Amino acid sequence: MPSFPLLLGPFELIGGCVVSENTMFTSKSLQLGAQAIEGLSKVSRFSKSALPVTITQRKSYIQGRELFSTTPTDNADKVNEETQKISVTFVDKDGEEKQIKVPIGMSMLEAAHQNDIELEGACEGSLACSTCHVIVMDVEQYNKLEEPTDEENDMLDLAFGLTETSRLGCQVIAKPELDGLRLALPAATRNFAVDGFKPKPH
Amino acid sequence: MPSYISKCAGPPPLVFFSSASIVPSFLPFRFSCNTLCCWCHSFRPSLPSVSTSPTPPPLSKCAAPPPLSDSSSAADHVVQRHHRRSTLSLHSAMSIFGGMIARKFSSATTRSLHVCVVGSGPAGFYTAEKMLKAHKGAEVDIIDRLPTPFGLVRSGVAPDHPETKIVINQFSRVAHNERCSFFGNVTLGSSISLSELRQIYHVVVLAYGAESDRVLGIPGEELKGVHSAREFVWWYNGHPDFSNLTPDLKSTDTAIVLGQGNVALDVARILLRSPKELSTTDIANHALTALSESSIRKVYLVGRRGPVQAACTAKELREILAIKDLYVNIKEADLVKTSSDEEEMKNNRIRKRVFELLSKASTSRSPSQSSGQRELHFTFFRKPDKFLESYDKSGYVDGVHFEKTTLKENDSGNQIAIGTGEYEDIKCGLVLKSIGYKSIPIDGLPFDQSKGVVPNIKGRVISSSNGGENEDGLYVCGWLKRGPTGIIATNLYDAEETVASISEDIEKKEVTSQKAGREGLVHLLENKKIKFVTFGDWEKIDFEEKKVGSLKGKPREKLATWNDLLEVTTK
Repeated sequence: MPSFPLLLGPFELIGGCVVSENTMFTSKSLQLGAQAIEGLSKVSRFSKSALPVTITQRKSYIQGRELFSTTPTDNADKVNEETQKISVTFVDKDGEEKQIKVPIGMSMLEAAHQNDIELEGACEGSLACSTCHVIVMDVEQYNKLEEPTDEENDMLDLAFGLTETSRLGCQVIAKPELDGLRLALPAATRNFAVDGFKPKPH
Repeated sequence: MPSYISKCAGPPPLVFFSSASIVPSFLPFRFSCNTLCCWCHSFRPSLPSVSTSPTPPPLSKCAAPPPLSDSSSAADHVVQRHHRRSTLSLHSAMSIFGGMIARKFSSATTRSLHVCVVGSGPAGFYTAEKMLKAHKGAEVDIIDRLPTPFGLVRSGVAPDHPETKIVINQFSRVAHNERCSFFGNVTLGSSISLSELRQIYHVVVLAYGAESDRVLGIPGEELKGVHSAREFVWWYNGHPDFSNLTPDLKSTDTAIVLGQGNVALDVARILLRSPKELSTTDIANHALTALSESSIRKVYLVGRRGPVQAACTAKELREILAIKDLYVNIKEADLVKTSSDEEEMKNNRIRKRVFELLSKASTSRSPSQSSGQRELHFTFFRKPDKFLESYDKSGYVDGVHFEKTTLKENDSGNQIAIGTGEYEDIKCGLVLKSIGYKSIPIDGLPFDQSKGVVPNIKGRVISSSNGGENEDGLYVCGWLKRGPTGIIATNLYDAEETVASISEDIEKKEVTSQKAGREGLVHLLENKKIKFVTFGDWEKIDFEEKKVGSLKGKPREKLATWNDLLEVTTK
């Protein structure tokens, strides 16, 4: 059974930065999925180890509307789980890169929050704000995504620093074809200008 | 040494965790946790004035994440139950380490920077969040004139937009930050003056928004039945200042909304939506009752300019067009675009998409309307000239006299509405003016009356007397800084800018002076016998509202009077 070193919430609270560093959010789809799981584990709330206390938990991912659950004792499943992750690189406002592994089916907003990447999520993935705006840096990767819905476009209308390859992080769901995805946080646009990237309005 | 550790009552009784099913469904998770969980309130600051209570005050100090949304769905309960389990697992560990942490913490808290944010709406909370993050030695107090936090997220966002209010979760986490405190029921300008605040704090950020309205300045504006959309919004959202507005919705079948922005669409939608649908939202009870009895069937949304210039966004437009069984009228002649219109749309994605929606709606509507059906009329190219007084009911509005307009490009390349000299009357018994909010100046604050904002450079307030220099330690954010436009997220970038200015200034000029900060504020308020409301008190209000709401199938039933609000805080 895998063990997850957990962050004990109060430590961060004491540090006084629980708000942005450990933002808890739950997407609508996650809430739906949650109905099916009794032992739902929200690792994100407890990311970052701060104490030598490990708590054994059953791990399950709520992914979109599908549920992938692994039996922790099963090695085959563990391997399977590894292969079901893709690599995603976030480029932050200062051009700093951070590569993370994202399980298939998880949204980029949720993945960012689990990995302490500063992506806002004011409406927690319910398509009512534009704060999780990300820019897909490679057009080919962008084209692999499903077309944004009207509702997503309505929110993108209001996004800060919109580009032709802008999406909402909560609507970009990890799938195998997206392995190697590179996402920039909006203020980083000034950094791609150096590499010849020119954001255009839609 | 903070005294709060001593309040720890040890691990909670196990029975709590096995009896989740007996917890009433309305009980917010935070309450369940807080009443029994020592570490939830162990790590909260104790305000000098509230630390005398022998028993831990309920609801006030839990640091656990707030409920996921206003409405407690089954899924929420699963997540919440899970969290309780984690809490249990962690609990014994926490009890052991608790004292150790507190000691470490108290020695590490040399708080040198005292910050006060005035206003607890999005601009205030985002500013507080960014300040806490940027300055680990900063202590941030947020004051608000209402006993309730969150500004327009509570009193502005429409009741049928619960998703937009989810940001309250994030703001609550800011308020629960150990270095942050909320002081409600404290009014800048009357409870406390700006100069007093500036004496107590190193940094004062004004983010108190825009609590007044622009006026048209045309005859009849004072007639009964003419309201600002803001008043109407505050009324249906249970703002304690306007719960007694009692707009007359029963003696007319027609309402005119002046303006075509999102606020205009909100008020039109509330007037046109079925009250049954609204009954499951957090709309104020008095408003739901009035809307259930409303005889208004027809709403005109009137704009001075054309469909290309309509100020709404696609989401709100799509939503109102989707109201069930609604007859939508858009004159096809109004949809003819000029080359200037085309140019305007080319450069503006929102304008383009809004225009497309309006065009689609004009062609897809049903050819004939059935009797009694609700109607929405988009009326373009009309400028209100005067409000008409009723012959039968003196002092009451009976209609609006409009001048037809045409568009003309002005010097700066914008298309503006010019009167054509042709007039048209539209009869109505209710007018809602949705032409913009306006900020209110206070004593000692530079204020640009024409723009309705505080003159500033990147959030630094510019002195009006001091030869255009910056006011030391005084900043603005949100609508007071840039005018009443934009969405909640706009304040995020706005706050970033203001906080960057503050950080730059602090770096340039090291803070050496000693300020009384929070202690000074509490002392001053107590001297003035002002009963401030803490975030814990607000959570009592929150709990009460959710409890009453759950009995009616609503996410909350807002307490809509000052008395009701303040009374709950004393329980």
